[in-house]
Amino acid sequence: MSASDLAETPATPEAAGGARTVDLGMPIVIGERHGMFGATAGQDTTGYGGLVVPVVLPGASERPYGSWFDTCVDDLARALQERGTAYDDAVERIVVDRDELTVVVAREHLPVVAQALRDDAALRFELCLGVSGVHYLGDTDNELHAVYHFLSITHDSRRIRVEVTCPDADPHIPSIVATYPATTWHERETFDMFGIIFDGHPALTRILMPDDWPGHPQRKDYPLGGIPVEYKGATVPPADERRAFN
Amino acid sequence: MTADLGPDMTIEGAEHSATGGAEEFLDSPVFTVSGAGDWDDLVDEATSLHEERIVVNMGPQHPSTHGVLRLILELDGETVTETRAGIGYLHTGIEKNMEYRTWVQGVTFCTRMDYLTPMFQETAYCLAIEKLLGITDAIPERASVIRVLMMELTRISSHLVCIGTGGMEMGATTVMTVGFRERERIFQIIEMITGLRMNNAFIRPGGVAQDLPPGAIDKIRELVPEIRKGIREIELLVNENPIVKGRMVGIGHLDLAGCMALGITGPVLRSASLPHDLRKATPYCGYETYDFDVITRDSADAYGRLRIRLDEMYQSLRIVLQCADRLEASAGEPVMVGDKKVAWPAQLAIGSDGMGNSLDHIRTIMGESMEDLIHHFKLVTEGFRVPAGQVYVGVESAKGELGCHLVSDGGTRPYRAHFRDPSFNNLQATSIMCEGGQVADVIVAVASIDPVMGGVDR
Amino acid sequence: MGLEEKLPSGILLTTVELLAGYMRKASIWPATFGLACCAIEMMAVGTPDYDIARFGMERFSATPRQADLMIVAGRVSQKMAPIVRQIYDQMPGPKWVISMGVCASSGGMFNNYAIVQGVDHIIPVDIYLPGCPPRPEMLLDAIIKLHEQIESMPLGANRIAAEHAAEKAALAAVPTSQMKGLLA
Repeated sequence: MSASDLAETPATPEAAGGARTVDLGMPIVIGERHGMFGATAGQDTTGYGGLVVPVVLPGASERPYGSWFDTCVDDLARALQERGTAYDDAVERIVVDRDELTVVVAREHLPVVAQALRDDAALRFELCLGVSGVHYLGDTDNELHAVYHFLSITHDSRRIRVEVTCPDADPHIPSIVATYPATTWHERETFDMFGIIFDGHPALTRILMPDDWPGHPQRKDYPLGGIPVEYKGATVPPADERRAFN
Repeated sequence: MTADLGPDMTIEGAEHSATGGAEEFLDSPVFTVSGAGDWDDLVDEATSLHEERIVVNMGPQHPSTHGVLRLILELDGETVTETRAGIGYLHTGIEKNMEYRTWVQGVTFCTRMDYLTPMFQETAYCLAIEKLLGITDAIPERASVIRVLMMELTRISSHLVCIGTGGMEMGATTVMTVGFRERERIFQIIEMITGLRMNNAFIRPGGVAQDLPPGAIDKIRELVPEIRKGIREIELLVNENPIVKGRMVGIGHLDLAGCMALGITGPVLRSASLPHDLRKATPYCGYETYDFDVITRDSADAYGRLRIRLDEMYQSLRIVLQCADRLEASAGEPVMVGDKKVAWPAQLAIGSDGMGNSLDHIRTIMGESMEDLIHHFKLVTEGFRVPAGQVYVGVESAKGELGCHLVSDGGTRPYRAHFRDPSFNNLQATSIMCEGGQVADVIVAVASIDPVMGGVDR
Repeated sequence: MGLEEKLPSGILLTTVELLAGYMRKASIWPATFGLACCAIEMMAVGTPDYDIARFGMERFSATPRQADLMIVAGRVSQKMAPIVRQIYDQMPGPKWVISMGVCASSGGMFNNYAIVQGVDHIIPVDIYLPGCPPRPEMLLDAIIKLHEQIESMPLGANRIAAEHAAEKAALAAVPTSQMKGLLA
């Protein structure tokens, strides 16, 4: 229901170059939910069927971020400066939500951010725990997100998340395998499941699906692919085609 | 790249391009299962070098211990010159399936990823949901203690499989029979509490599915000394055994720099003398209140990892006994969060035809409380809604750091559930551990990483 | 298959059937084909608590060339399907297949793009064993039922007659999708 019900709404206006301008403190709209109970075939007789609710994700946070996040972001800014990149160019926004720090980075600056996170003594995020792809169908020009999680053993095992977006029409993200070799297979998996092409990856091939499989299965526009189940005269359609009331 | 199936492709795969339409995008050659890449290149390269190189396929069907892992080895005599691990033979699409089920139903799916450590997946997933809901502090303490108990029992059983199958692969069948005998004891405890031996969807968002049955704590106290004796039996058999030492000392070497580069966690990292354990570093479920040690070795080889796993089992038994004490003290307390709009409403009991909803509970819902009936109805059919956002929760699984990245769009289903499985990451170390060694050492090295293909492929 | 296939129907064939069935069922070697969670329960069956050695089956043959029984234990993914068929083809006859668990029998809870909805799409199955995963006792029960099947397997001319009769009965039977009004 979640994906099929999200109508494509225009998100907040895009600045040139694909980076999204986000007002501080305002959540990001990624779609809309219609109706209260998820009934999509007109069976909703409650009267709540006309409900339209925007689906929002937490947007940019304002300073002070709280706990160690402020110092960390300052250190990141300094580390980027030392490596010849302006903080405002690389980092699109900071999101602090549920005690977690998310740094949304412009994709072309991802390798230098990764290097800063690993090498700078104040940051020292040694472990990259992998790439997770997310496909937001309704988030025009920013459909594919790649989410990286890092852990710093030196500094109290604290965690940071780096999020990178790319549009469907140009699904390229630079690879960070040179800095974090651990992401070799994770980037292959994200390519296999979402179609994000990681430029600079030594061997970007399918890893989970057979090598000649068409399509990228975990995208929202790829069907679940089940078969209807027949039992003594009744048929239950696969999970993505059933009537669902949630 | 819009409709990813291409202009004239269907799911049934009537016809499709050999490269999945990817030529337009990739500069590097695309590898297909029928050749024109990987296999042929390797063979051509080997022939052109006029050397006695053999390319050997190990798997995906081989003695079913680590599951369906395909190891492509290039051999020069008995020495392995190149190793590649082919995975994906158990890819089940669990993460995509979870997007079409409610949050609670997702537990039954994620539990089957790494099937030797089901409780860890459930815990990671439920902790992530609770973090999204913001009720982490409202989880009753008894529920957290039961979660810790289940996790530690699962850790012991997973290590027993690793050691048992590792021994069997080397030819020591007795290690396996003893290990599995102890495992059956743990299963007796788990079955008594959850109803199932494996893949029990017991840990639910908000707490656990049901409270301990009467007699469970006595059973734990009765079986823990026996398990300890069994582990001792394995130790006596394996620790100073010259064959085991000959086959495992110095094999599968991966020092700290290698571990850090490859993002390795778990016993492999601790065998490189780094005491990194998420239970101590970022405690969850009340682990900071338990008394246990983090085991490390500095040999960075398969033997060190074997000893770490054996010692970790003793530490887990320590935690299990501490849990038993706390459970005795907190008898009668709730095991589900108090918020009725989240707490799974079932009360289970053993009836004449097995385990199911207790008749008392049904009587209460149907006859006495309208609110209970509404909650039951809404929670079972629709499920609770989780506010939008994303979280990442990591737990220390038996194999390393198991992470759950959950994205919610405010609905009753996960928008995206991704599990960072430790075996998936750790298996990348196969190449570096095996290249330059002998063929027989490949088995030992892979066994010491302890990959479980269900978690690797998901 | 052998000389026993060429014997004419009669007392000689019946005696040979009895002997051959008894010998075959008591000397099965399973092939290791554990895929997922069910493989763990299959391994548990080989261990002292459940002891498949009482049937002489503790020798799981890694090579299909020496195996009689293929226990498909676990979910069969699309990538694994050709390998399942290849291993089955590599087994010499007579061979039997137990599909262990719901994932092997029908795709189980995974009704999606990645899992073959029942291994009988690829290989012929003799015994379907439901469960997720089935307890080791359930696997032993399936093996015992298979033993009964093997023991009473007709040979030669009797077998052809039995197959004809079975096909006739199946053609005349009510299809499952037409069975209405049954409770269980």
